[in-house]
Amino acid sequence: MSVRPNARPVGQKPPFWRDRAKRALIFQLLLVAAVAAFLLYIVGNAQANLEARGITTGFGFLTNTAGFGIVQTLVDYSSQSTYGRTFLVGLLNTLLVGALGVLAATIIGFTVGIARLSPNWLLARLANAYIETFRNIPLLLQIFFWYFAVLRTLPSARDSLAFGEVLFLNVRGLYLPQPLFESGFGIIPAAFIVAIVVSIALMVWNKRRHEATGKRFPAGWIALALILGLPLLGLVATGVPVTWNVPELRGFNFRGGVTVIPEFLALWLALSIYTASFIAEIVRSGIQAIPHGQTEAAQALSLPQKLVLRLVIIPQALRVIIPPLTSQYLNLIKNSSLATAIGYPDLVSVFAGTTLNQTGQAIEVIAMTMAVYLTISLLVSMFMNWFNARVALVER
Amino acid sequence: MIHNQEMIPQQPAPSNTIGPLAWMRANLFSGPINTVFTLIGLYVLYLLLVPTIQWAFINADWIGTSRDDCSREGACWVFINARFSQFIYGLYPSDETWRANIVFAGFAVLIAWLAIPRLPGKRWVAIFALTVFPVTAYVLLHGGYFDLPRVPTHRWGGLMLTLLLAVVGMVGALPIGIVLALGRRSNMPIVKSFCVVFIEFWRGVPLITVLFMASVMLPLFLPSEISVDRLVRALIGITLFQSAYMAEVIRGGLQAIPKGQDEAAAALGMTYWKRMGLIVLPQALKMMIPGIVNTFISLFKDTTLVMIIGLFDLLGIVQAALSDSRWLGFSLEGYVFAAFVFWIFCFSMSRYSQYLERKLHTGHKR
Repeated sequence: MSVRPNARPVGQKPPFWRDRAKRALIFQLLLVAAVAAFLLYIVGNAQANLEARGITTGFGFLTNTAGFGIVQTLVDYSSQSTYGRTFLVGLLNTLLVGALGVLAATIIGFTVGIARLSPNWLLARLANAYIETFRNIPLLLQIFFWYFAVLRTLPSARDSLAFGEVLFLNVRGLYLPQPLFESGFGIIPAAFIVAIVVSIALMVWNKRRHEATGKRFPAGWIALALILGLPLLGLVATGVPVTWNVPELRGFNFRGGVTVIPEFLALWLALSIYTASFIAEIVRSGIQAIPHGQTEAAQALSLPQKLVLRLVIIPQALRVIIPPLTSQYLNLIKNSSLATAIGYPDLVSVFAGTTLNQTGQAIEVIAMTMAVYLTISLLVSMFMNWFNARVALVER
Repeated sequence: MIHNQEMIPQQPAPSNTIGPLAWMRANLFSGPINTVFTLIGLYVLYLLLVPTIQWAFINADWIGTSRDDCSREGACWVFINARFSQFIYGLYPSDETWRANIVFAGFAVLIAWLAIPRLPGKRWVAIFALTVFPVTAYVLLHGGYFDLPRVPTHRWGGLMLTLLLAVVGMVGALPIGIVLALGRRSNMPIVKSFCVVFIEFWRGVPLITVLFMASVMLPLFLPSEISVDRLVRALIGITLFQSAYMAEVIRGGLQAIPKGQDEAAAALGMTYWKRMGLIVLPQALKMMIPGIVNTFISLFKDTTLVMIIGLFDLLGIVQAALSDSRWLGFSLEGYVFAAFVFWIFCFSMSRYSQYLERKLHTGHKR
């Protein structure tokens, strides 16, 4: 081996630009300086621009009167309410459509994903057609389709589509009967809570007994019967203290009942159907990721098919499914911001839209809106990471 | 002992295991539950397909120029015909559309060249596509040079704008994404935390707020004498948003490269950038091509959001055409057409990514 002619004598320090640690330090200092300079530059510009346009800064505008109405509010709101209240109304509407969308997308997605793996050729093809159609068309287009091409072309209130004389669908929305609770009703939610507590206790006891003795107990069915049966029993015992406020056609419109506005229906349908096509693929890949040997080994132990699924396949598939499923839930909640295109009063529509236009306080409004979505994203991913850590494979 | 001296003659396979009838028995009617599913499936198919075919083909009107040519019994494709050039070029002056056509053709040739494996000289074509082609395309589309009349960006629209947003967003996001992904895996704590914060921020907010920010806040952040074109603002927003997603895809690829590769390169005395550029990134990028294509598909669909800040992409121009008083009530036709165009692009991209996945499978799996 040859000796490198310019090899450094031992003990002499290298020049600082050849020292990795020092070079990293210098590079990072430069980066901090560059980012700081950039921030100073844009803040300075923003201040000069805001002054030139005469826009005041700060969050004081939140206590001013908004002066505009909102078609769907979950809390009390009138045009006399403040911008702070507007923010709350928008936030709640976003959470409502997000939560119901997640629920519907999960149900449709799992059904289609499992149908995609069905041994029935026709069913598998239909599921595949569903997935390939809906995931390759932009969500905004689907929202427009449901809103402008389907719900806007429904008949007027007079010729509404009636479902059993209690449900009515027309161009102004979906009219549902509203339950009115009478005095003795308090016992039913109480019975429901008791049933849930008893069911959890039963599950824990069953799990302990199973681990200790190997004996199984149909705890799931008993819990289901309790949760459904106990409130029902309460309902019968108290003589059904509920009356229904059924919507009725009076004049040109329906009175009474609950109205679901078409903007909500369109957004909810589009979000659920679109996201479900991605969830279906996640479910399929999760189930297919389980090696076939797992099924065969379980069958070799002569476990019945039902237990093979419940104890071997599904728990392992969930490990693969949950992380991408989390991203889909987050996408759904973020995509609900497309509400602004059809006028569903979500956070972006009433706050980053109307409020921003009225007050001109772009920086504060956009920052608050973004902060809400960032918080939701971080909370959901924290929860799902926790859940994921619980089910993740523990290796040696 | 019993010996069978005679050969048993060959027989055809039993008729209940081959042929279409047997296939149907195995795949459609293998049990009572399966049969019920098949019947329900057939009924659903009947409910969906018959009215659709009636509407879209049998009762449809194809020829004509105005709404009087529509019988209104089925789809009226006359509407699409009448508006076709607007859907493709937006408000681009009709005398100048040849310029857009040249760009379309050049783009198609380059994409085909890069996508078909047998064609040679991929590297040079790629370099050409990333350097000469964008400049030529800009000069052609925007004009103002070589006696070409200027076409300001607010007249660009339709499918042309959709493709432009998607391609520029993607080409811009890839290098930023690579830098961010390398930064996120760096040993330098400050660099790493900057990259993590940047990525998580852009991934945590909806694209629509990014576009609002780009259109409302960007002018505030710049000195008042600089005004940025609305299209450029949207492009900046889309690129930043997409680069965060890109960074996560590439990070996945970097994590999949065995550490030994980097260590072996370091043992040969390679510097950081040589190790990354020559050893790690080429392998990671090759592995992540399906992920990159998926990001591209979602970007392509997301470009529709620019209509909310007032740019007329394909969906935006269809939506605008639907509110034309001469053509009210044709929303179904408009949306079906737009959906079909988007579907063709996205579906072929996803098929291409699946093909690549199969083709590259041997590279990293034993």
